[in-house]
Amino acid sequence: MTDSKLHKLILGDKQANRVVPPTGFTAQLTLFVAGAMGFLAVFALALSMASGRLADRWASELARAATLRINAPAEQRVAQTEAALEILRQTPGVATARALTGEEQAALLAPWFGSSLPAGSLPLPQLIEVTADDPGYDPSGLRLRLQAEVPGAVLDDHTRWREPLVDAARSLRRLAWVSILLIGGATAAMITLAANAALAANAQVIEVLRLVGALDSYIAQAFIRRFTLRALTGAAAGVVLGMIGVWLMPEASDEGGFLTGLGFQGWGWLVPLLIPPLGALVAFAATTRAATKRLGELS
Amino acid sequence: MIELENVGYNYGGGELLDAVSVQLAPGSFHFLTGPSGAGKTTLLKLCYGALTPTSGRVRAFNMDVHGLDRDQMAYLRRRVGVVHQDCRFLDHLPVIENIALPLLVSGRELNHEEANLRELLNWVGLSERAHALPPELSGGERQRAALARSVILSPDVIIADEPTGNVDWEMSQRLLQLLVELNRMGKTILVATHDLSLIRAAKKQVQARVLRISNRQLQLAGADL
Repeated sequence: MTDSKLHKLILGDKQANRVVPPTGFTAQLTLFVAGAMGFLAVFALALSMASGRLADRWASELARAATLRINAPAEQRVAQTEAALEILRQTPGVATARALTGEEQAALLAPWFGSSLPAGSLPLPQLIEVTADDPGYDPSGLRLRLQAEVPGAVLDDHTRWREPLVDAARSLRRLAWVSILLIGGATAAMITLAANAALAANAQVIEVLRLVGALDSYIAQAFIRRFTLRALTGAAAGVVLGMIGVWLMPEASDEGGFLTGLGFQGWGWLVPLLIPPLGALVAFAATTRAATKRLGELS
Repeated sequence: MIELENVGYNYGGGELLDAVSVQLAPGSFHFLTGPSGAGKTTLLKLCYGALTPTSGRVRAFNMDVHGLDRDQMAYLRRRVGVVHQDCRFLDHLPVIENIALPLLVSGRELNHEEANLRELLNWVGLSERAHALPPELSGGERQRAALARSVILSPDVIIADEPTGNVDWEMSQRLLQLLVELNRMGKTILVATHDLSLIRAAKKQVQARVLRISNRQLQLAGADL
């Protein structure tokens, strides 16, 4: 498409627009559906971005921390702890390894047993906090080595907890993307139907235009421009309403869990602004296709 | 200009036209006559490419009409002005915009054509009615508007299908006058009509030839009209 054609398509040719009679009701329906789709797309986008953030956060926060638990008789505990720390210090990819103090261990148990627990008198396992470097260590290699030298050591790298959560967040994000694609597809289908209806309703007008020597591209342009603009306007209104809706949702907080984190952050607020132009693009493609097909069938 | 060579046409229910050959030379004036349903409109449609012959060849401006694609066909329509039996206007646009429609769709700058348009409206006597909508016009006014629209692009050939079909004698005289003037300006004219007195009136003013469709064939009618 040349510059002048594009210019004409966007700004329109006032005269050319008049050759197709205005259609009040269908126009409003198209606007409404484009608006509804824009609104839904904002929420699907918010969900996808929030679940994406969640998956990343869980994956990175939990991945870096691991716990080494040493279950050994009281007399061997100190020696095994020392041995384990020594191994950890030699393992590439381990940033820090630190044995928790008695008070710290007691504090961890306090929610269950109260603070008056005589931690010192119980045969509690010794916990070692391990923080991975970037890149991290090899957990299975470390396990093998610990097994050989510190029989009472159990390495818990949180994989068990992390994977289902990260998987859940990732499938949520996938679902959100599928929804966005479906919304795009439904918009295309709806615009195609509306454009076909408009082309059929204006069969007489098209015939007269052909008789006086109008090219197919000229006739198609009148329809394409209308539907593209309607989709753009409708989607823009829907997106504005959707963004207000997302903005009114409560801030992310620990108490609210992940649900309150549903929304956009920082630059993320600019992403929904892509929805109206994309909607217009979908409408443009759908109308072009419908008009080309329909006009080709006429004599 | 337009040349039919052994053209046949059937609607699927039998032959309507068979082995029709005719040449419209530049500057000629032809009448096409024959009983209703004989195929006058069909023959005209074959001439401007709205129908494709089932046999034979139609050539317009030295191009085989059959081989034209949709865009080339649109360009052909700009070189042939057609006055349809039922006029065919865009009913939501005023007369003046309907007359200017061929200019609009061929991408001409309307501002530059303003004077031409006024002159043309004046010529067909519709200056007063320029802003009326087509359904508000009388039969004669519609026919004159259709004629004005067909000549706005200054085509080489003008084809009119029963232009005096539903107008009174005085109005048909006026329309004929307009067609005769166009012919004197060098345009090739082809008019389908069943009005023999119109043909007689025309013969007094121009060298008109009369083609008659009868029995699926096209014959050059004698001087007995």
